[in-house]
Amino acid sequence: MTTVAATAQVAHGHHDDRPFIRKYIFSTDHKIIGIQFLFVSLFFLLVGGLLAMQMRWQLGFPGKPMPGGGILPETMAPGGVILPEYYIQLVTMHGTFMVFFAIMPLLVGVYANFLIPLKIGTHDMAFPRINMWSFWSAFAAGLVMLASLFVPEGAARAGWTMYAPLSARHDYSGAELGQELWSISIVLLGLSSILGSLNYITTVINNRAPGMTWFRMPLSVWALFITAILGILALPVLSGAAIMLLFDQILGTHFFDPPAGGQALLWQQWGHHMFVSGMNPTLGSSFMVSTLVIAVPSAVKTFNWMGTMWRGNLRFTVPMLNAVAFVAMFVIGGLSGIYMAATPVDMFIHDTYFIVAHLHYVLFGGSLFALFGAIPFWFPKMFGRLMSEPWGKIHFWLTFVFYNCTFFPMHILGMAGHMRRIYDPTQYDFLKPYQPMNEFISISAFLLFATQIIFFVNFWWSLKKGKPAGLNPWQDNGLEWTLPSPAPHGNWERVPTVYRGPYEFSSPQVPEDYLPQTRKLPGDREPAAVSAAH
Amino acid sequence: MTHAAATVDQMRPPYPAERGLDVYNTKLGMWVFLASEVMFFAALIGTYIILRFGAPGEWARPGIVLNIKITAFNTFLLICSSVSMVKAYAAIQDGDPKKMRFWLLLTILGGATFVGIQIYEYIHLIEHGFVPSGVREGSELAELVAKGTLPAATMGLYGSTFFTMTGFHGFHVTCGVISMTYLYLTKALPGKYTKQSYGGIETVGLYWHFVDLVWIILFTIVYLI
Repeated sequence: MTTVAATAQVAHGHHDDRPFIRKYIFSTDHKIIGIQFLFVSLFFLLVGGLLAMQMRWQLGFPGKPMPGGGILPETMAPGGVILPEYYIQLVTMHGTFMVFFAIMPLLVGVYANFLIPLKIGTHDMAFPRINMWSFWSAFAAGLVMLASLFVPEGAARAGWTMYAPLSARHDYSGAELGQELWSISIVLLGLSSILGSLNYITTVINNRAPGMTWFRMPLSVWALFITAILGILALPVLSGAAIMLLFDQILGTHFFDPPAGGQALLWQQWGHHMFVSGMNPTLGSSFMVSTLVIAVPSAVKTFNWMGTMWRGNLRFTVPMLNAVAFVAMFVIGGLSGIYMAATPVDMFIHDTYFIVAHLHYVLFGGSLFALFGAIPFWFPKMFGRLMSEPWGKIHFWLTFVFYNCTFFPMHILGMAGHMRRIYDPTQYDFLKPYQPMNEFISISAFLLFATQIIFFVNFWWSLKKGKPAGLNPWQDNGLEWTLPSPAPHGNWERVPTVYRGPYEFSSPQVPEDYLPQTRKLPGDREPAAVSAAH
Repeated sequence: MTHAAATVDQMRPPYPAERGLDVYNTKLGMWVFLASEVMFFAALIGTYIILRFGAPGEWARPGIVLNIKITAFNTFLLICSSVSMVKAYAAIQDGDPKKMRFWLLLTILGGATFVGIQIYEYIHLIEHGFVPSGVREGSELAELVAKGTLPAATMGLYGSTFFTMTGFHGFHVTCGVISMTYLYLTKALPGKYTKQSYGGIETVGLYWHFVDLVWIILFTIVYLI
């Protein structure tokens, strides 16, 4: 029945006769904007990865000429040997690109734009033009950040958290233009995220299809909606701080400048990263308790995921494998988080590789595995074709193994006292015995990076040669799977009517294992607004 | 162009979709945007409060660096422009586009004059040696610092916070004036606002009242106390 309806929609599909530049470049179509975010953030993921590879070379083989490093200028790596000034730029820009330009846009920019209108059943975002500006200001931010790598004194070098006063004064950081471009880029990116969040919130509140009540809305949309609310409240504050930092750098203001009465700690907002900043121990204890309490809802949701899978009829497709790996890796990252939430332990492990391990388990394990699941899952709806399953599985297993080989030993290094952002571990006698472990991590990281080539090849190959997907290749219930693949401009001729929540699997009412949200069963009532109009 | 019109039609299904709020999109979007603006100014004002209370010494007394009288007049002008905005809104609700145009134009003029006076104030302050980094060496104000009329230790923070807060507010007023001028030329003059359709006026009005409200707070904490 759904097939018939959808075929009819293909026949009546909106003929999109806009010129190429309005259709694919300055597009206001939420799906194109989502895909634009996908390509751009995958590019920045690659940039961030390349920076990480150089760091790992220096940590694994300090002082040795890096293969291919000869192309770098004398000011960065004379003879291919990475200089300390360049190393700190690598650390800073790796974090910046990965957090702000790869993971955040991949999680929100891509999927909020692509999925929200499809999953709630509307034609586009509430403000399509603002949505386009949101992408282009993010793109401009990315270009500015990328350009900062090539300015004479080099990129920003105060760490991706840009703690003041190090970041605020040029005589402290040693980089002028690089630091300023960093601040400008973050302000632009903040603007982009505010415009995006504004759109997501309005769209979810006002543009849901008939019958798509709040509690029939998929959890993914709920998550993006709540993220947008948090973003709209938190990002202006971050932007405000970035603007003040920029003014300190270019106008000579003194917001973060202690000698002139400014307060460096203004930059740091969250108390639970500040246990060693000299804060009052009583305050530290309350932050410790509140941080530990975060573990409770996290555990609830983790047990919920496991309970959902328990005795379920799982199909281990590539998206599912990555999703299960995400749960496992996120749990490791969550458990290591409890260590640093406890102030006495944090005093010891603060700013060591234990932290590096933790944040990579949360950010890489908790985000990239989810993305490696999400990309092949919605690839058919974006491009009309499936990604290769066998190559996807090979990519998954190699990534899973090398990822753990890379990041798990970092816990051990951290407990041995290996400092974060350190240039040459062999300078310290107590770290010398751990150098083989550093080499092991570096080689694993190189292999992890090489494994991603499989993903890229699979991605580009599937764009052209992948198996045509059909409407609903995963037999899912969401509204987007009632549309042709790829979904046409404007999505629906008429918005669909929703009769149930999105998670009706193995329902006794139908012979199939799945029950789409739009399928009307004999007992289902029409939503009030619809029946009133007909 | 024909296509764009078709897209707009698609945005309005032939039957009422189940709505979350009985508010049209632009108005809801403006409220959400204003929530983010509240947070932005809260960050700036919060920084000012923290820096002023944690300052290494006394803060400059009001009325020495800044001219309170001219800014008090400017504040009055901005409040008046909020009143004229309400008059424009009320006029179009009554179905009187001519009256609406008059009051909207008056609002634009009020906002533009506010920005003009602020620019004049900035030029004047910078001439006297008051700059974002504090007090310029060898200037008129530097002599007052040397005499002890102005506290040397906190003038840097005074300049940083003054120019950032009032500058961003002025930027918001400028954006408001540009938006209202745009709406005046493209919607109000061609007669596109009617008793039934006046969303642009209502939405830009919300923004305008917010900018006015922020100024009343800024004027109080920056100029008066």
